[in-house]
Amino acid sequence: MSVDRATVRRIARLARIAITEAEAERLEQELSGILDWVAQLDGIDTSAVEPMTRVAAMTMQKRKDEVTDGFCADDVLKNAPKVDDHYFVVPKIVE
Amino acid sequence: MTKLTDLSIADAREGLRAKSFSASELTQAHLEAIAAANAALNAFILPTPERALAMAKASEARLKAGEGGALEGIPLGIKDLFCTKDVRTTACSHILHRFTPTYESTVTANLWAAGAVMLGKLNNDEFAMGSSNETSFYGPVVNPWQRKGSNAKLVPGGSSGGSSAAVAARLCMGATATDTGGSIRQPAAVTGTVGIKPTYGRCSRWGIVAFASSLDQAGPIARSIRDAAILLKVMASHDPKDTTSVDLPVPDYEAAVERGVKGLTIGIPKEYRVPGMAPEIEALWQKGVEWLKASGAKIKEVSLPHTKYALPSYYIVAPAEASSNLARYDGVRYGLRQPGSDVISMYENTREAGFGAEVKRRILIGTYVLSAGYYDAYYLKAQKVRSLIKRDFDTAFEEVDAILTPTTPGPAFAVGEKSGDPVEMYLNDIFTVTVNMAGLPGLSVPAGLSLEGTPLGLQLIGRPFDEETLFRVSRVIEEAAGPLAKPQDWWSKAA
Repeated sequence: MSVDRATVRRIARLARIAITEAEAERLEQELSGILDWVAQLDGIDTSAVEPMTRVAAMTMQKRKDEVTDGFCADDVLKNAPKVDDHYFVVPKIVE
Repeated sequence: MTKLTDLSIADAREGLRAKSFSASELTQAHLEAIAAANAALNAFILPTPERALAMAKASEARLKAGEGGALEGIPLGIKDLFCTKDVRTTACSHILHRFTPTYESTVTANLWAAGAVMLGKLNNDEFAMGSSNETSFYGPVVNPWQRKGSNAKLVPGGSSGGSSAAVAARLCMGATATDTGGSIRQPAAVTGTVGIKPTYGRCSRWGIVAFASSLDQAGPIARSIRDAAILLKVMASHDPKDTTSVDLPVPDYEAAVERGVKGLTIGIPKEYRVPGMAPEIEALWQKGVEWLKASGAKIKEVSLPHTKYALPSYYIVAPAEASSNLARYDGVRYGLRQPGSDVISMYENTREAGFGAEVKRRILIGTYVLSAGYYDAYYLKAQKVRSLIKRDFDTAFEEVDAILTPTTPGPAFAVGEKSGDPVEMYLNDIFTVTVNMAGLPGLSVPAGLSLEGTPLGLQLIGRPFDEETLFRVSRVIEEAAGPLAKPQDWWSKAA
């Protein structure tokens, strides 16, 4: 078992996903199965290898630092579950 | 006369120019096919008939004025991962089931600018995570193909299962799709359609719901190599809004289709001969080799020694990037919100209710491999393995112009047959995922039928930004394989 129940709970908390005890039990099996399977990568020596960052050598193009978009608050808020005037409404965070 | 829905895009283009039929008639024929088929196939999750007819009417006016674009009046289906302005876009997830974008993805904007008509939004695996279209919030799509003497429901592949099923069942002339580990090529293979994932950077990712940003690429599914070439030419573009999109001219792919394979060398990677490979897949692959040889290509065995590490490293990179991309679904700015006693429990409840089991599994894997102390052992390691996979291909492409492999380890399986074990499902992508890891272009072409009477595909892999060679080579296979039988229409109900 690569991951135990406590780890599943900690990861779910980090990922902000509520899970039930039954789900935690199932996920312990599934995540362990997947992580045991990817552990075969330990067999490759990558000490002298650079991580891949791009397909073909190209420099990322930068654009001018100027305002290109904006003044569309209605569009930005259009799909929000709860709004008040031009604000997103969230549960109280600070007492 | 051939039914309008049976026409290729190339023939429909001629027919529209010659005024043999109107753009409205062509669109209407497809809308009727969708209405008759959708209850059985579930390929479209949101048909948009009014918009389609309005777009077709506008096409008619432009055709009349001699101003028709490259896809003028051609009715297409759009995978629900592409944001479409004022048309609901959900990625087939509960968390986005009421999301209506206020903007248009670059790829679809290119299609509309060329005159294409949108028939509606197509089903896919939730957030494109799946190989069978069974993880969709809107339920599975059914493959129009059935096994000989059986009416068991088969999967259309995934994640672009709505796209592949709709194109195969003649509900649209072509469809957009996306491919992160095989999601264009695998569904194309098991539905007898053509699918191409272009080189990473060829199509803009702007406005496409993100899954794994270093792997995701858009491409078309169509019924012929020529049609796929016509669609890709329009979909591809340099886009300043996607910094990974490449600033290279887009070639006239259609002009490459009939160039033949004389003088080309095609590589056969020995590592793809995996243990336990089905004899019919092996035989099909050999047939592909013979066809190419007979048409004047040279065949050469090549070695891609890191092939077996592609899938396990993919299942680090893809979930890691997904967990980061999907962090945006928090119930605040858009999408579903479930109440909670405080802001954290609101996030947790929202994401618990909004994501399906496979999406949660991948977010959790991704969160784990990116969590403190594990980054080097997993994500960095996997990115290094990617360099090795890429290096294998670079070496092979010094000697060959394209590589031929099977697309999938087997034909379409039945709904529910492989959904029990995640790793078994992941193995479907064994031949396609290397291509995403290396960022290369890959194309699946129908090459024959399985013993069960369902389609099988062969895959061609090319050098970066050399999609033209893939079209050339696959056209030779398409021609040698001959026209694939059409799936028997069991799905249409009388109007």
